[in-house]
Amino acid sequence: MNPESAGLRVSDQNGITRVEFIEQNILDEANIQQIGEALGEVVDAQDNPRLLISFRDVAHLSSAALGALITVSNRVKSKNGELHLADIDPKILEIFKITRLDRLFEIHDTTAEGLSAFS
Amino acid sequence: MAPNGTNSPDPDDDADVSLTGETILQQGDTASLKAFEAAFFEALKKRGYDEGQIFAIRLAVEEAIANGFRHGNEGDPGKTVKIVHAIAESELAISVEDEGTGFDPEAVPDPTEDANLEIPSGRGLMLMRAYMTEVNVIPPGNRIEMRFQRDA
Repeated sequence: MNPESAGLRVSDQNGITRVEFIEQNILDEANIQQIGEALGEVVDAQDNPRLLISFRDVAHLSSAALGALITVSNRVKSKNGELHLADIDPKILEIFKITRLDRLFEIHDTTAEGLSAFS
Repeated sequence: MAPNGTNSPDPDDDADVSLTGETILQQGDTASLKAFEAAFFEALKKRGYDEGQIFAIRLAVEEAIANGFRHGNEGDPGKTVKIVHAIAESELAISVEDEGTGFDPEAVPDPTEDANLEIPSGRGLMLMRAYMTEVNVIPPGNRIEMRFQRDA
């Protein structure tokens, strides 16, 4: 799955894989499946995956999107990697808090803070 | 037709989705789903619902429809989801019904418990409950009725 066609922008920054969403809404089930596959491939291609997912410009997401992120997180953990999330709109952050996923994920206010959080 | 023989002049009625209505969506018909949602959220906006309220309603409605297609209809492309809505100034009522056999909401494990945090599914219903004033799963569980009260 090509990240671009899943609606993702993936780049490398000093050994950290930065992921951004091109679309504002992460709601469409088929698209979420593509995102999950594309991120899965990114994780699988690395020995110790170091991933920063930025949510800048994301206005809506669904529980299925949360599910895809959890699957990515589990995969990163199984490969002793690191996953950080950043730049989450307050309304979206509320969804992470309600579902208590703010305890599962390491969430940072800005992408810069996220980048400097890697060990 | 209005009594004087002209079409309705009510400026509130020019959205595709009227204040009350029934919509049937076919599994996988993303275009119709998007068209329904666009008109529905526009109708809420016209009724004075603010951005935060529309965000909450949108989240719950998206979850209910997605659940209906994914879990209720089990992805069967031949099945549909029926949405019935009534938008008033003070509150919104909406129901989402699928063609599945239903589910027992009590049997859904609490996704916020530590042991369940890493399970990728099971958060839709709790998000609906968090964002709407009232959510009822109607037995056998293939219809969800939700209410959003604006001053709540």
